[in-house]
Amino acid sequence: MIELARPGFWITAVTAAVLVLIIPLVTEVYTLYNLTVFAVLAMLALSLGLVWGIGGILALGQSAFFGIGAYVYALISVNLADSTLAVPAAMLAPLLVAVLIGYFTFFGRISDVYFAVISLTIPLILLSLINSASGPAYQFGKAHLGGYNGIPGVPPLNIPFDPSAVLSFEGMYYVSALLLLLVYLILRVLVASRFGRVVEAVRENELRAELLGYDARYYKLGVFCIGAAIAGLAGALYAAWGASVGPTVFSLSFTAQAVVWVLFGGLGTLLGPIVGCFLVQGLSTWLGSVSRISPEIALGLLFIIAVLLVPNGIVPSLRDRLKSTFVRGGRI
Amino acid sequence: MSVILQTSELWRTFGGVAAVAGVNFELREGELRCLIGANGAGKSTFFKMLTGQLKPTSGRITLYGKDITHLPSFAIARMGVGIKTQVPNLFNGLSVRENLLVAARFRMPSTLAAEAADAMLERIHMTEQKDVLAGSLAHGHRQWVELGMILINDPKLVLLDEPAAGMTAGEVERTISLLESMRGKRSFIIVEHDMHFIRRIAERVTVFHRGRVLVEDTMEEIVRNVEVRDAYLGQHGREAR
Repeated sequence: MIELARPGFWITAVTAAVLVLIIPLVTEVYTLYNLTVFAVLAMLALSLGLVWGIGGILALGQSAFFGIGAYVYALISVNLADSTLAVPAAMLAPLLVAVLIGYFTFFGRISDVYFAVISLTIPLILLSLINSASGPAYQFGKAHLGGYNGIPGVPPLNIPFDPSAVLSFEGMYYVSALLLLLVYLILRVLVASRFGRVVEAVRENELRAELLGYDARYYKLGVFCIGAAIAGLAGALYAAWGASVGPTVFSLSFTAQAVVWVLFGGLGTLLGPIVGCFLVQGLSTWLGSVSRISPEIALGLLFIIAVLLVPNGIVPSLRDRLKSTFVRGGRI
Repeated sequence: MSVILQTSELWRTFGGVAAVAGVNFELREGELRCLIGANGAGKSTFFKMLTGQLKPTSGRITLYGKDITHLPSFAIARMGVGIKTQVPNLFNGLSVRENLLVAARFRMPSTLAAEAADAMLERIHMTEQKDVLAGSLAHGHRQWVELGMILINDPKLVLLDEPAAGMTAGEVERTISLLESMRGKRSFIIVEHDMHFIRRIAERVTVFHRGRVLVEDTMEEIVRNVEVRDAYLGQHGREAR
């Protein structure tokens, strides 16, 4: 709980909360609509930032947990016409999948590179599976997996245990943005805790951590599962925001996007993936709207420029520059 | 003094090569034992088996009467064993103080760990470098930080693989003083090439040769031993006399 005693933590929390509350007052509906999905996707980026940047586990297929969360939310909320149980289930399901994958890989002493490859295959397997799940056998109560078309008509979030009190457009924005902030703050506390420090130590040198008595496997499994649950929550919000979910959440391009957000914003920080996601998605959306240049080409160029100019990512580069100007402590 | 560590007919082969070939070894409580031998003699392989980094092909290792032959490193460390590897193994992305804190937090709550880390910084003369990233330290300082990380948890048995490697003469002297200050309070196994260092600290020395224990004796007798001179010390041995 060291982090809670730092003034910087509370200043960040209050400033960000005020910002979240003010934005709807000064922006138009279209911007708010985009900011909502940016916040949701930033949560996925944050989960990858935790697992990869803090835990050192290159989970290239982190989007698999996002997709599982989205599909579980869709299946349960369509059947119950209520999001109350669907959201926790969307976190629990990827967490359980992560326990299984993590157990066999970390306890099987699979090396980092092999883990990255295994991790990447999971969304691709799920993509293939979901694409072929269009027959009548894939009907689960009122919901049908829908194969390539996905599941339409996914209910939005509602006030817990009151399905009639569906969240408004603005309500969805507030919930997504405030949940992103909450997850970010919780992860800051977690990273500064004993667990977090050991996770970072394992990332830095697994052998040394073990020679000190730490069982690195449990720490890796722990951080991997936390990341999976956060990605699952993001997936649930994504399905609720879009009112549908399709197999593209398991596609290679989607999972690659998450990697780009984290690298662009800054690996090894918690703020970096959020900043990276908002900047890349914002730019992508703007380029799409002006139709001057293909967003893919522009983002590719931007990524190359960013790697050359700020190889550590935007947030670490800014932090280092600020540190060299003002000597100060604390984690950004 | 009772035997705390024992190996029986310990073997480790790599393909057709026996790096360690049937080693029987005993360490008594409070003893400081040095392992020496030429490159490829098998001492580092033996050390790695003691620390759980390598599994023996056959044989048995017992520590405090418990079979640790197939235990992983973390389980052996939890039995009160401090392990320093041949190449300093630090958390390079963390500061010197954070390295010590992570080590201390294994057994202590945060406030005690912070006090222990600061005390250890003074003991290893690195208070001024406490905020320096471990990855940017010179080799000798890395050795000291690793020693500090091991000693901060007050281990009963300390296993050191080449603790003086890459140190300046002054740093070696400080390491000797540090070890001397703990002599008799802990048990030590030290693998080392630096004969000056060995002569200063060794009580008994075990000489490895071609995967086997060639001889075990005091340093004075080891230097006089013709077999040892031929196998390991060679010209250096004659000069040392």
